[in-house]
Amino acid sequence: MTSPIAYGPAQLLPGEHIRITTNPDTEPFWLAAKEHRLTACQCASCGTFRMPPSPFCPVCSSTEKAWPDLPGTGTVFSYAICNKNFMTGEDFVYVPVVVDLDGAPGTRLVANITGCSAEDVHIGMKVTVEWTPIKDGWVLPNFRSV
Amino acid sequence: MTWVNADKCAIVGVGATDYYIRGKSWPRTINEMAGEAILKACADAGISVKDIDGIAYYSGALAGYLDKFDTGSLMETLGMPNISFTAALTSGGGGSVGAIGLATAALMNEDCKYAVTVMAVQQVPTARLGAAFGATLPSPELSFIQPAGLFGPGHLISVLTRRHMHLYGTTRDAFGEIVMSSRLHAHNRPKSIRKSLLTKEEYEASVMLADPLRRLDFCLESDGAIAVITTTTDRAKDCRNKPAAVHACAHGASRNWGRAFSWMGMPDPEFSSSGHKFTADRIWSQSGLSAKDMDVALLYDHFSSMVLMQLEDYGFCERGEGNDYVLSGKTRYDPATGKGVNGGVPVNTHGGNLSEAYIIGMTHILEAVEQIRGTAINQVKDCEFALASGGPAPIPVSSLILRSL
Repeated sequence: MTSPIAYGPAQLLPGEHIRITTNPDTEPFWLAAKEHRLTACQCASCGTFRMPPSPFCPVCSSTEKAWPDLPGTGTVFSYAICNKNFMTGEDFVYVPVVVDLDGAPGTRLVANITGCSAEDVHIGMKVTVEWTPIKDGWVLPNFRSV
Repeated sequence: MTWVNADKCAIVGVGATDYYIRGKSWPRTINEMAGEAILKACADAGISVKDIDGIAYYSGALAGYLDKFDTGSLMETLGMPNISFTAALTSGGGGSVGAIGLATAALMNEDCKYAVTVMAVQQVPTARLGAAFGATLPSPELSFIQPAGLFGPGHLISVLTRRHMHLYGTTRDAFGEIVMSSRLHAHNRPKSIRKSLLTKEEYEASVMLADPLRRLDFCLESDGAIAVITTTTDRAKDCRNKPAAVHACAHGASRNWGRAFSWMGMPDPEFSSSGHKFTADRIWSQSGLSAKDMDVALLYDHFSSMVLMQLEDYGFCERGEGNDYVLSGKTRYDPATGKGVNGGVPVNTHGGNLSEAYIIGMTHILEAVEQIRGTAINQVKDCEFALASGGPAPIPVSSLILRSL
């Protein structure tokens, strides 16, 4: 199901206003992103993936973590179409997407998508990662339509 | 298996301030609005405020998101000599009706004799619920959500709503019907903030704020305070008004719901749900009742689509059939018969958060009590059981059945 409204190109929110924080559980994900490597937190004991990264594996309670390189591709699970950048107050068409990550079953990222019109985004759409520099030297994974 | 504490406690007093459009309650203060609601609830119950010895909050005792309820301050100004129970459910508005269960736990444990549950909200420009995530540096957990531009609750809910439309063919027409039905119920209420009747054309002209949700799919942003007093059913006999018995009450959620739309990791079918299945199952198990036994349903309606998803989670219809259920008019109240329309159970006979006012779930408890008493403005005929809900929100969400004894 696509939107009946013509919004025009889906844009990425500008990185210069975006900030994140990290903690010891989440930092490896963001350090990999700085090197343009998409990873997800995997239990080093039983192999179960979990995102966002958290202290324990919810299946086996292990704290051992692995950070494998993922293909950087995925599938749109759901999305919204937004038309205002609240950080600046300007009209701005962007599409927050929830993406099922390939290579890490059960994990998702929430990001923006570009490379298509907002009204053409749809559930089931294939996407590939796109890296956006943000504040404080961090890098944010976004997605581009394939 | 009937709940061991079914009907052992009752809501005996309700009190509310005027309702205001966001920010317009200033220069009133949180404690003054909360105090007025508590004093009115005491008068309604026929007790002195000095009889209050328990406070059961929700939302972590946050008053809106500006202030925090401090039991000491309320005692200091209202004069309660001792408080022997002061506690809150965690997280946010999802715990609203669950706070009545917290009060019941306190009463059944003989921690207190009269427990008040209160919410006051005041959204001055620096504290706006609708932009809860917007202005702050995200936590490490929310750093996986907020950078995508999901700034407010409406953005987050729209992502869940989209998945529901995808899986089940749910239409915007159904959301429009929920808003129009809500407005119809608010129309004859003096305190409603939005009371003019709404046409489908007007709904469709409402600006799309987070596609698929329009401005009118979002609830009101309002200020005001509401307090309710719960006591044991034995003590309730000495109160001024007819008691509304706590027949069943539950809070919580499954892990598959958990942090909900601040996580976005929920599998199907929880992702495109209201997250209420767990507490709905609990109150049905506690009471031996089901949705069809309810005479009225007061469903937390911060967003229109979440009414539809609650109808599914509580079993008013099957999952995926909310669209057709709503479009058949079954959420409407028919004043001619005092019943629902087309065999439905009337939903949000007070106009809900969408049209009357948003006091973070308390208006639903107030309406449930009035329906049980038989004093509601849109009174359901022979109302024996009233369902009220809190959430959809990150855990806890909550469910309550009030009963006419």
